[in-house]
Formats: sequence, structure tokens, C-alpha cells
Amino acid sequence: MPVSTAAPLPKSRQTVKEDAHLSAPLSSLRFRTGLGLLAVLLVASIVLASGIGAVHVPSLEIVGMLLNRAGLVHLSQTWPQSDEAIILQIRLPRVLAAAMVGGALSVAGVLFQGLLRNPLADPYVIGTSGGAAFGASLGAVLFSHFSILGFGAIPALAFLGAMGTMVLVFRFSRVGGRTPVVTLLLVGFAVSVVLGYTVSLLLIVNERFEFNTRVIYAWLLGGIWIETWSQLGLIALVVIAGIVGALALSRSLNALALGEECAEYLGIAVERQKAAVIVVGSLLTAAAVSAGGLIGFVGLIVPHFLRLLFGPNHVRLLPLAALGGAAFLVTADLLARVVIPPNELPVGILTALVGGPAFLLLLRRTKREYRF
Amino acid sequence: MASFEVSQACFDYGGKPVLTDVSLSIGTGHRIAILGPNGAGKTTLLKLLSGARSPTRGSILLDGRRLHAVPRPELARKIAVVPQDLTIPFAFTAREIVELGRTPHLGLLRGFRTDDRHAVEQAMRLTDSLDLGGRIINELSSGERQRVIIAMALAQEPEILLLDEPTHLLDITRQAEILDLIIELNASRGLTVVAALHDLNLAARYFNRLAILHRGALLAEGTPEAVLRADFVEEAYGGRVEIVRPGNGQPPIVLPASRFRDRLNVQ
Repeated sequence: MPVSTAAPLPKSRQTVKEDAHLSAPLSSLRFRTGLGLLAVLLVASIVLASGIGAVHVPSLEIVGMLLNRAGLVHLSQTWPQSDEAIILQIRLPRVLAAAMVGGALSVAGVLFQGLLRNPLADPYVIGTSGGAAFGASLGAVLFSHFSILGFGAIPALAFLGAMGTMVLVFRFSRVGGRTPVVTLLLVGFAVSVVLGYTVSLLLIVNERFEFNTRVIYAWLLGGIWIETWSQLGLIALVVIAGIVGALALSRSLNALALGEECAEYLGIAVERQKAAVIVVGSLLTAAAVSAGGLIGFVGLIVPHFLRLLFGPNHVRLLPLAALGGAAFLVTADLLARVVIPPNELPVGILTALVGGPAFLLLLRRTKREYRF
Repeated sequence: MASFEVSQACFDYGGKPVLTDVSLSIGTGHRIAILGPNGAGKTTLLKLLSGARSPTRGSILLDGRRLHAVPRPELARKIAVVPQDLTIPFAFTAREIVELGRTPHLGLLRGFRTDDRHAVEQAMRLTDSLDLGGRIINELSSGERQRVIIAMALAQEPEILLLDEPTHLLDITRQAEILDLIIELNASRGLTVVAALHDLNLAARYFNRLAILHRGALLAEGTPEAVLRADFVEEAYGGRVEIVRPGNGQPPIVLPASRFRDRLNVQ
């Protein structure tokens, strides 16, 4: 035997135990506080955003209406019926849709950044934006009077375009039963570019060039198009299912962060879990796109912002991203409505103009080199 | 039980044979080092043993079962792997990395429990990495980082530990630390250990069985005394070596032979 006895462990190992015990509960406390704060922020932003507009409705009244509607308590109605109609019929569906779109985009951003292990990945990274834009312009150019499930041609075909692109890109990137992520990125990029220019081609050859360009351009810049509860219901169904699916994938994403080989050693069925991440991420993106057009930056900035504050653990990051993205977009959509009344600014312009500098500021303030 | 029975395993990579007819049996509690020059197939053999790749011909049995018939999560509860290079693009803390070792024990409805925390705690204590818990993994030194990655593997509570160049990039005292830890785990827990190593002398000192691979085939296998012979080593690595046998139960020492033997500080 080259070495006869096992080396005894040094005594110093026991003394540091206390410190290590502290670190886990502390970060968990931080996470719970963060989650609670974001939930409060989301509710507050929803109430605030519903109250502000051409007719101002005080927040307390809105809370009263919602509590009455929920049937939890019965408060006597001290507000005009017209206020209730404005809030419940017009503003709330849109505000809640903004929350859904924001949550969906930021969760999808986390999914794709985790899957591709790339900080630049966003919800549109595998080409869904190109597919959505293509679908939307087909809708605008060819079927402007068509509608399905309460949705016009643009959102319906944008959804189908995004999902179709996902299927196409996914199938194109498969090599012998595996989907290498670099291939996925490149195929996604190529498909997105081809579809993007097809949109330009469609617009140019069409005789209603100016009208369609305006419609599509507005759509490309992003804006919440949801007007009714039934539209919201459908979007909410897809988004909530997607977020639940994403949460179920959080441990796999953590393992995949170490690379596919190591994830396999940790017992993850790598190819199946990757496919699940792509499908859930694309579903969330497609739902967001059909309700809000191409809103940029949310899926990039919100996840990075939260990672800087709470770390990269997906078990925590995903629920935080759902709430944070929702609160962020509700606020951005509110600003988009009130900045230049009576006109609305496309919300995508706001997310970029407000979110970008805020993120740059945070990057500067963390001082340390940014590790994603 | 944690034993491998490799019989006539072959592996081709893109039509190019990487391993040919490797037969090797590794029993429960064995501590074996796989040696050989770069490209000899050490990493590939570990990949076959870990189930990451299946042999193109031949078979590998784990406790009498065909390895690739064992479901992934079950395999991960039995075998843990410490890969050679692990790039982690995220700012995970060391403790979060070790917690990832519990992945094969968790499920959709089975979250992190007290016994998981216990296993993590235990793994970090064994690897002396408790005080690194709150640090960012990529900000650790390479020795600290290696300890954390071994802790992750131990948190899996495996019966078999496969290590690919565990002492790669470590200085001599850190190498000794990691290998002492491996011996400790092997001795106290009966952990079966298979490690691919570059350094023949470290292998001879810390492992009781060595296997030399040469161009994908098993050249020699047995105790350090039996395997570290000049003819085997020279055939595997090319070039000339000198074997020093200190006796007194000490393992042989392999030194490169020099053309300038007369100018060296040797008698």
C-alpha cells in the first residue's frame, strides 16, 4: 500500500461551521423579503395604473371596488358607477394584460439566458420576434378583417408566427437527436433575419404601403393591445401555465448552468429538459407578443437586474422575475399612457429609454465586475 | 455495492476508434488511477463509466446491470463525476453549487429537506469548504474551486466517484490535499474511486491500483509496483524513463531519462 492510513482531518474545519450556517438563512430571508416587496409593488402599480388616465379615480376607491368584486367584504359604494365601469371595463383588463406581458417576457428571458448560458439572450433570441413580425404583417396586409377567439388577425397570426418559428428553428437545429445551443442560436438568428426582411418585402409590394407600415411599425415598437376580459383571460391562461411550467424547470436550469455534460451527471435528462425550456419560453414569448407586440428590453433587463440583487439561482430568480417583470411593465405602460396626453407612446420606447439607463446605473453601482 | 465490470468495451468517435477492447473490473471500495498520455482515452473511459457515452461494442455492467439501462437520476445517486474543466457562467455561491449535488435526490414535488441540508453540510465539512459557502464560485482559487466541486459530487451521496484530472492546475500542497481527501473518503466510506491522472508518481503514491491506457487499449493494470515498469511507461508515453525503487514498501518513482545523465545531480 502506498499510503497506509487515511489522513486525519484538520481540527480547524469544525470552527468555521457557525459562519456557514448563517449564510443560507440570510440569503433566503433576502429572497423572501424581495418576493414580498415585489408582490406589494405589483399590486400597488396595478391600482395606481388603473386610477390614472383621462378620468382620475382615487386608489382607495379602486381597492374598494376590487374587494367588493372579489366578494371578500362588502363595502358601501361611495364612488360613481361610471368610475366603476371605467376601472373594471376599460382600464383593468389592459393593466392586467401589461402585468401578464411583463411577467411572461421576463420569465422567458430568464429561461433563454439560462438555457443558452448567455447574458445577451432575450425572449426573442431563437427567432420568435421575426416569426411574430411576419405573422403580424401577414395579418395586417392580407386578413385585416379576420378575427379569431376575440383577437384580430395581427395578434392571432403573431402568436402563430412565433410558435411556428420556434418549431422550425428547433427542428433545423437538431443534429442526431441533440440540439446544440450554438446551432440553435445561429439558426434562430438566421430565421429571424430572413423573416424580418420578408416583412419589409411584404410591406413594400403592398399597395396600402403607408397605412400598413404605420400599423406594423406601431406594433413592432410594442404596446398593450388587450381591451376585453375575454382576450385577457386567454392570454392569462397561457402565461400562467407557462410560468408554472418554468418554475417546474428551475432545478434543471440550475444544473444546465454547469453545462450539459455536468447536468447529465446530476441526473438531468438533458435533451428533454432543453426541449421543455424552449417550448415553455416560446409559448410565453408568443403570448406576450400577441398581447403587446415586440416589447424589447424587458426580458433582458429585468432578469439581469434581479440577478444582481438576488443571485442566479433559478429557483428564486424565476418567481422574482415573474413579479418584477409584471410590475415593471405595468409601470412602463402607465408612463406610456400619461407622458404625452392624449396620445400614447409605444411602451417599447419607454422600456428602453427608462430601463436602459436604470440598468446602466445599477451596473456602475455594483462596482464589482459583473458576473452573470 | 458499487462495482464495474467492463468487458471488451470499444468506443469510436466519428469513425475514429478511441477505445479498443478495454476489459477492466473495478470492485466496491477500489481506488484505481487511469494513466496514459494525452489522447490515450482516459477521459473517454471515464465517460463510458459515468454513462455519458455508451460503448460502440462490448459492455459495461454496474453491479451486474447494463449501465445504460440504469435510469439517469438513479445513476446520479450512485455515481458522481468531477469533470476536468467546468465553466460556470453564472455567479453562483459555492454553497449553491454544492446544493446542486442534491439534484438527483429532488423531484417536482420533493423540495429541499433537512436531510438534503445535512448532506450538503457534510460534503462541505469533508472538503473543508464550509467557510467558502458564501463566496462566488468563480472568485475562488483553483484549489478552493476544486474542493467545492468535489463537495458537490459528495452531496450526491454517491457510492462511486469518478474524477478527471482532479489535481490539474493545482500546486503541490493543494494536490496532496485533494488526494488525501480522496483517500479519506475511500477509506472511511468505502467510496469506489476511479481517477484519470497525468502524474505517474502521484498515482503510485495515492492509488493502490493503476491502469495504463495506450492508444485506446489497456497496456498494463495492477499494483504500482507491477505497472510502473520502464518498458510499459516507455511504450505508453514514448521516450525514455528511469524507474527508482526506494524499497521499504515505498512506491516506485518514475523520472524522465536525460541524454545528459553524466551532468545530472545523480550518482
